[in-house]
Amino acid sequence: MTLLSIENLNAHFHTEDGAVRAVNGIDLNIEEGEKLGLIGETGCGKTVLGLAILRLLSENTKIEGKILYKGKNLLTMSDNEIRKIRGKEIAMIFQNPLSSMNPVLTVGTQVAEPVELHQHLKKQDAMRRVIEMLKSVKIPLPQERVKEYPHEFSGGMRQRAMIAMGLICMPSLIIADEPTTGLDVTIQAQIVELMKEVLRDSGTSMLLITHDLAVASELCDNIAVMYPGEIVEYGSVRDLFKDPKHPYTRGFLNSLPSKGFKPITGTSPSLINLPKGCKFHPRCSLATDKCKIKRPELIKVGKKHYVRCFLYD
Amino acid sequence: MSLYLKLKKDKPAMLGIVIIIFFASIAVFAPYIAPHDPLELNLEERLLSPSVDHPMGTDNLGRDVLSRVLYGTRVSLSMSAAVVTIIMVLGITIGTVAGYFGGVVDDVTMRVVDVLLAFPSIILALVIAGLLGPSLTNVMIALGAIWWVGYSRIVRGSVLSIKEKEFVEAARAMGCSDTYIIRRHILPNVLSPVIVLATLDMGHIILSIAALSFLGLGAQPPIPEWGAMLNEGKPFMESASHLMIFPGLMIMITVLAFNFIGDGLRDALDPRMQEMLIK
Repeated sequence: MTLLSIENLNAHFHTEDGAVRAVNGIDLNIEEGEKLGLIGETGCGKTVLGLAILRLLSENTKIEGKILYKGKNLLTMSDNEIRKIRGKEIAMIFQNPLSSMNPVLTVGTQVAEPVELHQHLKKQDAMRRVIEMLKSVKIPLPQERVKEYPHEFSGGMRQRAMIAMGLICMPSLIIADEPTTGLDVTIQAQIVELMKEVLRDSGTSMLLITHDLAVASELCDNIAVMYPGEIVEYGSVRDLFKDPKHPYTRGFLNSLPSKGFKPITGTSPSLINLPKGCKFHPRCSLATDKCKIKRPELIKVGKKHYVRCFLYD
Repeated sequence: MSLYLKLKKDKPAMLGIVIIIFFASIAVFAPYIAPHDPLELNLEERLLSPSVDHPMGTDNLGRDVLSRVLYGTRVSLSMSAAVVTIIMVLGITIGTVAGYFGGVVDDVTMRVVDVLLAFPSIILALVIAGLLGPSLTNVMIALGAIWWVGYSRIVRGSVLSIKEKEFVEAARAMGCSDTYIIRRHILPNVLSPVIVLATLDMGHIILSIAALSFLGLGAQPPIPEWGAMLNEGKPFMESASHLMIFPGLMIMITVLAFNFIGDGLRDALDPRMQEMLIK
């Protein structure tokens, strides 16, 4: 069953320099239990997409399209209704676990917040639940550590606490925005292992926003590749790594250290001044005249494998 | 390291705390400590110099200065505490609302603050107290009405920076409402600079109350208040200087004590100073 379906989503901000077109006509589906990776380089609008789902963008953002969660449109809900979705049905894990925690409250109080808000548990019951949760994310001595402050936690422990906070209300969907960035490699591996385990145990769906292909391939079933504001390729992890179709996806894979560290020439376009036609054509070695004028549609190239490129027309 | 342990190492701050606790107990137990009734007139014993019976002498109406000074502690401490409470409530509420919600609310309140800050505050207080008529309550209202502006500015500034922090966004993503975010996540983060400022300002407020009373707008005779006592003693400054020295000393010691505590609190709550202490 489809849990979340995004239909023709656009998100534009107005700035003094012009409209920033961060998300342009995105369609995505997340099935129940599915782990979907959203991959792209910095500034391609992937975080904006994540924030748009929970309506966390600032008020001057123009959002068009539909985001259906269990059939209900999140974009037209009242503030009260969306607040009941946030944290309870759809939870978010942020990138930087230090700045995502309030320095003046103990870790226990903060992890307990979602259950106090949504399940109205009493203080002691909430704390018991927190300790259980911290145990499941493998934080040693949880009954002692709930009384500590965020600065007394190491980076990896803090991210574990953030994951516990995200999962404590048993949400149906987790949006994880770069959950492993900023951690060192050994800790990254531990966090990936942990997320794999807790997501399998709880059956929670996940939208993983990342630029780290290795993390995405470990955690996800399917991957959507984003290039300024749109999805250029979508497929299973296997399809995408074994048989990448879009020139950008190929370039992205070739830029990995294990594949020779070859960067894609040029820089990604500014979201204010997007190129006409295919957004990738100025950097693409295979671009034809057609690519400069017309925007390609998503084309089906395999079972559940789509690409936005004229080469496969 | 707890706040208390840090303050304990700070000798001036500890001295300040001891003095204020001492004065506060004087204020509470004034009726039991004072050797005489502070309002009792005795025209036969006018303007006496300090002696065993009257350690601080007597004033022009023969009232015991020591008893009046002791009772004056009550007025000064309770008044300044009340004024600080008014200021903090007003300043924090207005500053938080302006900083958090922004927009028109912010523009309007901050322009009002700009206007109020452009006047010398004591003159404005004089005008308000003058319009309302001389009494201690009106001095309290006047000082409260002008002093909140600085606090609201500081609070608004911290709220502006804190509301952009990721943990506020994380709280919103968790389903917290605006009021919950303000109460739980923003206020605890803005409180410590405000508390330091309030402690430092206690001294200024005691001085302002004394100044307004000295000018005849605050405490009305026969209420024993340090500023008013200075005013009453002024005509006899040359012949009976003890009338001005003792209340003046009390004002000075209290203000100094509050400033010591304020400085100590500021250092104890400042994370950069903590590192220096550890070194």
